[in-house]
Amino acid sequence: MSATEALIDLAEHVLESLDGAVTHHEMMKDEVVLTAKADKICKVLQFLRDDSECQFKMLVSISGVDYPDRAERFEIVYNLLSLTQNNRIRVKVAAAENQMIPSSTPIFSTAGWFEREIWDMYGVYFEGHNDLRRILTDYGFEGHPLRKDFPLTGYVELRYDEEQRRVVYEPVQLQQDFRSFDYLSPWEGMTDMQLPGDEKGTVPERGWKPSNKEVGEGK
Amino acid sequence: MTDALPKIDEELEVSTQTQIKPYTMNFGPQHPAAHGVLRLVLEMEGEICERADPHIGLLHRGTEKLIEYKTYTQAVPYFDRLDYVAPMNQEHAFALATEKLLGITAPPRAQYIRVLFCELGRILNHILNITTFALDVGAITPALWGFEEREKGMEFYERVCGARLHANYFRPGGVAFDMPAGLADDMMTWVEEIPKTIGDLDTLLSNNRIFKQRTVDIGVATKEEAIDWGFTGPMLRGSGVAWDLRKSQPYEIYEELDFDIPVGKTGDCYARYLVRMAEMHESLKIMKQCLENLPAGPVKVDDYKISPPPRAEMKDSMEAMIHHFKLYTEGYHVPAGETYTAVEAPKGEFGVYLVSDGTNKPYRCHIRAPGFAHLQALDFVSKGHMLADVVSNIGSMDVVFGEIDR
Repeated sequence: MSATEALIDLAEHVLESLDGAVTHHEMMKDEVVLTAKADKICKVLQFLRDDSECQFKMLVSISGVDYPDRAERFEIVYNLLSLTQNNRIRVKVAAAENQMIPSSTPIFSTAGWFEREIWDMYGVYFEGHNDLRRILTDYGFEGHPLRKDFPLTGYVELRYDEEQRRVVYEPVQLQQDFRSFDYLSPWEGMTDMQLPGDEKGTVPERGWKPSNKEVGEGK
Repeated sequence: MTDALPKIDEELEVSTQTQIKPYTMNFGPQHPAAHGVLRLVLEMEGEICERADPHIGLLHRGTEKLIEYKTYTQAVPYFDRLDYVAPMNQEHAFALATEKLLGITAPPRAQYIRVLFCELGRILNHILNITTFALDVGAITPALWGFEEREKGMEFYERVCGARLHANYFRPGGVAFDMPAGLADDMMTWVEEIPKTIGDLDTLLSNNRIFKQRTVDIGVATKEEAIDWGFTGPMLRGSGVAWDLRKSQPYEIYEELDFDIPVGKTGDCYARYLVRMAEMHESLKIMKQCLENLPAGPVKVDDYKISPPPRAEMKDSMEAMIHHFKLYTEGYHVPAGETYTAVEAPKGEFGVYLVSDGTNKPYRCHIRAPGFAHLQALDFVSKGHMLADVVSNIGSMDVVFGEIDR
């Protein structure tokens, strides 16, 4: 049995054992990805940690991704590692803007800072986290910088004020407009445009889609 | 002298009766033992640390946000600026992740060069960590001896890519240029000479009474605790877990190489130090094998859509010229998909979670820095220790704020 098949078997085992908490599993570039329900995430993580076939004892990281077009715009990705089985697995949950996600700190101690980082960067609130402060941004920072609608330059800049003898925040003033060049070539990059005559053919896919199909087979 | 003794007893009696108020102490962010811009808020009970609350983010530059606005080629230099002690190891993770999404593999020579420089980076990193750790606990000589050798190692970085620190040498699809003539021989000489310096460090520290007093049984993490707190690299191996991505999930050419993974027993600061010392010898073994078996051939993939054509060809080939122009303006398009790719960086597992939407810029690039998880556990390993031991713990964690704050 190849490694990929073993991973698919494992994913199916998880899917069956957790009645309804895991909705879907897929392979992406030989990496197994589970999609779980946000309110059941603790149950899923606990099962993955303690089940004798899984043994994902280490939470490697938690990442956030923002897809503004989706109804549940944030995706929280838990990255787990099993030292005994030598496997990796990813668990994804979707979160709407004001949705609370149960904190996984009771299951993995290391989740604490990763959740703080996601709270800081995306504004996803973790319920039951006992120390959900900002972590990377400045004290008193406003906004969530890794959201796609947060500008790259930010809203404020800081400088040392000679008269007040302290550091002050001021609105960003750019000497030159922020330039974002569109280098997409018309024959490759315009995935979300329709050229005259295209309507006769098939409708092109719009933008990035979570690949249910095997990725890498081309656009 | 006889008069003085009862006086001390009196004083002791007073001190046991007097309540010492617990107080909060600020440590850093400008403190040499903080290894960068770490601000620690320590709740102290006398000289015992009750709670350590690291405030990080003073070096936050928004790397992940910036990468979303840059092409894949332009994203590589940001990885040098994460863990600036071992820059090429970081680039390696990003190059591997992009290659995975593109579905390409670097040619053999490029893989050997990459592994060679990753192991060089590991040695340079460990020299810096061990010597500055020793500096933190009171030994100056290791830093003076170690940095001389480290500087020679940095020269190899400079010769291969032109920069001592911010290399920008590994690219998706290979490395930027081939190694200059004579570099391999000089590196071989260095590989043969440096065990002497490592041996000197060993004699200075390993059996040093003061060093052992400051590190043995300090900041102990058991196997289970280390896994629970997400320790990787020497931190995990120091706790007795035999785990190294180069062995367990081999990438590049590590499968073909002969090396061992040193594992500690006690899980304290001293065990982590010993693991790092032993790892340097293993890295030297790998470097030696790479230099001996370095194959000839190209150093980047032979696909002008991904790696630039040679300069000479651009002088008389219009097509090469166009490829070069397109690569350095538009870059290349990476098929939609996502991957989590990790490498064994000197500090632990350095991973890149890369999401591509099919355009020339990453949609999301989350960087999993080993130091981030380690520093989080500072509170747990330092609880109940003296203030001076907190410094030992920070030193043994090998934190670099470039990667923690990102």
